Formats: sequence, C-alpha cells, structure tokens
Amino acid sequence: MTVLVDGLSAVLTPPGAAPVPVQAIQRLSGGASQETWAFEAVTATGVQPLILRRAPPGAERRGNGNPGLVAEAALIRRAGAAGVPVPAVVAVLQPAHGLGDGFVMERLRGETLGRRVAAAHRPALAWQVGTALARIHAVDMAGGPALRRTQPRAEVQHLADWHARHGTVRPVFQLALRWLADHAPADVAVPALVHGDFRNGNLMVDLDADGGQLVGVLDWELAHLGDPMADLGWLGVNSWRYGRHQRPVGGFGHWAQLFDGYRNAGGTVDEARVHWWQVLGSLRWGVICESMGEAWLSGAEPVMEKAAIGRRASEAEIDLLDLLLPRPAVS
Amino acid sequence: MHDLPTPEQLLTAVARFLRDEAGPALARHGDQALAYQARVAANMVDTVARQTQLAPAADAAECQRLQGLLGLPAGHADAADLAALNHRLASRLADGSLDSSHPGLADHLWATTLAKLAVDQPGYDTFQRHAAPPGSTAP
Repeated sequence: MTVLVDGLSAVLTPPGAAPVPVQAIQRLSGGASQETWAFEAVTATGVQPLILRRAPPGAERRGNGNPGLVAEAALIRRAGAAGVPVPAVVAVLQPAHGLGDGFVMERLRGETLGRRVAAAHRPALAWQVGTALARIHAVDMAGGPALRRTQPRAEVQHLADWHARHGTVRPVFQLALRWLADHAPADVAVPALVHGDFRNGNLMVDLDADGGQLVGVLDWELAHLGDPMADLGWLGVNSWRYGRHQRPVGGFGHWAQLFDGYRNAGGTVDEARVHWWQVLGSLRWGVICESMGEAWLSGAEPVMEKAAIGRRASEAEIDLLDLLLPRPAVS
Repeated sequence: MHDLPTPEQLLTAVARFLRDEAGPALARHGDQALAYQARVAANMVDTVARQTQLAPAADAAECQRLQGLLGLPAGHADAADLAALNHRLASRLADGSLDSSHPGLADHLWATTLAKLAVDQPGYDTFQRHAAPPGSTAP
C-alpha cells in the first residue's frame, strides 16, 4: 500500500514541485490481472477524488484481444474530445513509476447501479445516451491506438467457438447461432469505434438532475472497431433492463428516444441490425455466464459467485426464445 | 432410515442462517462485499433445494418430449439418456436438419427452458411473464 501511495504521489506531482499528498486509498474491485482503486489527492485547489485503473507489475496479460489500459486511456481522451461524457484522464502511468500499466482519472459523482437507474422512466437520459453513442461511433480513429476489428459474421463464429470450448450442450444456443448465421447483416464498409460494453451498469448517471443526466460512459476495456449498431443492440439486452422489460433501453427508456438522440447527433440507425445485435447480445451474455461457470469448474477461478453466475446462462436462453420463438405472456 | 430434519429442511435452515443472520451481521461489521457473498450463498442453497424438488419430474417430461421430437424408439440406447438426447437435438439444430418450424420444437424448448428457470432464477422477469401462475395446471 505504501508503494502504491508513494507511486501515485509521484505520478501526480509536476517536476520540481512539492509532493502531492495521496490519502483515503481503497480497493474497489478487480481480479488478478486488473485493479480499480479510489483515492484522494490533496492539491492546491482542494481535495480531488480520483480513480486508479491498473494492471500491477508482473500481472499476467490475458490474450483476449482487449486494447489494454494505455490504449483505454487514449480512447477515453479521444471520446471526451468528441463530446462524449467521460471521466477526465488525469495521468497515464509511466514505467518509471513502477506501478504497472494504467491511468488515473477523475472520480465522477453519480449512480452506476443498474437497478436504481432503471427504477424510473428517463426519456431525457435515453436521448442523451443516443447522442453519446453517435459521438462515440464518429470518433476519428486516425493515429489512434490499435484495436481489434470485427464484423457481424465473424462475431457469430467467435461465439460459436467460445461456446463449443465450454463443452456444454444447449439446444437454444444452437438455435440462436443458426438464426444469427442465417440472418447476419453484411460487413460494414468502414468499421467504427465500438464501445463494446455499453449498457446500464456502465453508465454514470446523476439521478438528482431533472429526470437523470448522463455524467460519464465508463468501462472502455472491450472497445474495438466494428458495426456501430452492436452497441445499440447490446444496450437493449433484457438482462440490463433490471426487470423493466417494457423499457428496452436499459430499463429507463424507449427505442424511439434513443434513436432520436442518435440521429440528432448525426448517426444513422439501422433498426434491423440493432435487433440482430440484440439477439447476438443475449447469446453473448449466456456464453459469458457459461465462461464464468467454466472458470469455477476448471479451478481457474475458485470464487463462489462464479459458480452461481454459471447457472445464469438459462436467463439468456429464455430471452433468446422470447426473441426468436415469441409467444404471448401469461401474466 | 435417516432422521429428521430432511435434506430439504436442512437446506432451508442453512439458507435462513446465511440470509437472516450471517449477511446482516457482516453488513453491520461494515463488510458489504462479504454480506453480498452471504446473500449469493443463500440463493445458491435455495437453487439446490428447488432442483432437488423439481428436477425429477421435469427431466422425465423433457426426456419424453425429446424422444418424440427426435423420433427415437423407446428401446434405443440413447432414449433414456437426457444428455445424449440433448446432444442430438443441439446437433440437428446446428446442422439445420431440424429447424424452428418443426412441429413441437418451440413448445419443447419453452417447456425445457421454463423448467430450468424455475430452478435457476424463478424471480427473473422473462420467466415470470411466461410461467404458468402458481396453482394453475400446465396447458
């Protein structure tokens, strides 16, 4: 902890200036390869609440095609410059700091708990979210960090392979894979910046502002280049509606509100693609649940909750049936 | 012969302890993360109890539907093997030799998935919208 505090002080202190004190450091979350810490820096202008995201020195790098923290910091800066609400990146860790890879950003005030955000109908928020998405998808990536590229059909194959590696037998997943392959839209001509995990839960919202205000788009670690409609479809996956299925946009808004905000910021909506990506998103959530169960079963991550989440794959199965073989609700 | 309490009753006791005693005590000590884990553990114990109660009848019904869908004679080696039957159905859906227009497929997948959710997550909203209300007989 002392190493971390001293290191952060060095990160935040300009050359030749008196050391900036660092206090109230607290681990928020993270696994073996990535950590998130909250802390405060005492500067001339007052106490500044900050966040550190880092992969500690020697942390095993997972070859999962994610951009990595240095690229993530660069993306957040580009998105901010393009008018997307994001936390300001205060500093990027350098090798001399000895803290590993990562960056320090401002700690925004607001709510990220999906259930609370979904507790009310927030038309203005759905519109703002649409605007933010259009701006993300218009970010100029020339000279930006190298990112994974993907296309609709390639994502279907990726999910089919990932599911197959788990060795589980799920007729509903096979039905969905077949439907996705049969209905896959054409590859996009110019892949756009895609956030990759844009959902209720990764949005910082000021609930005190009139009807809710988008304060920051968080968790850029799955960013890649691809079909921008992927972000809209993932946002509509039922699991992020927190029981408010009648409000498809994160449980707080309706498609028309999201699409209006998106178009108003210059974006073009393709509703058929959004629907296709929502189906893929439900399947993806199911395969993610499986992968967590598998991580427990294999002994790789012997954490109790992983075993519990493994059993949530059936949640994706029922949502896939609801999308692909709909039938009237009984209640 | 084993004595009371029954396995189901023992599980009820464990779940109640985790949910009503251990979790709140951990929260009072300021450990919200562990209090949350205690709730997760209580939910897992409930899942085990529901599976013990519901799986035998649900598995038998699933097996029977799969035999019909796949056209397997009752004496076939796989006819009573639920995993093998599901493997056959998954393969046929993957290669397209059986598709969503197949008579009985939609009903089978819904019935099977509802039975899973009744164990895994009976509070999930899509399940609640599609499950027969308690007390009613299945259609």
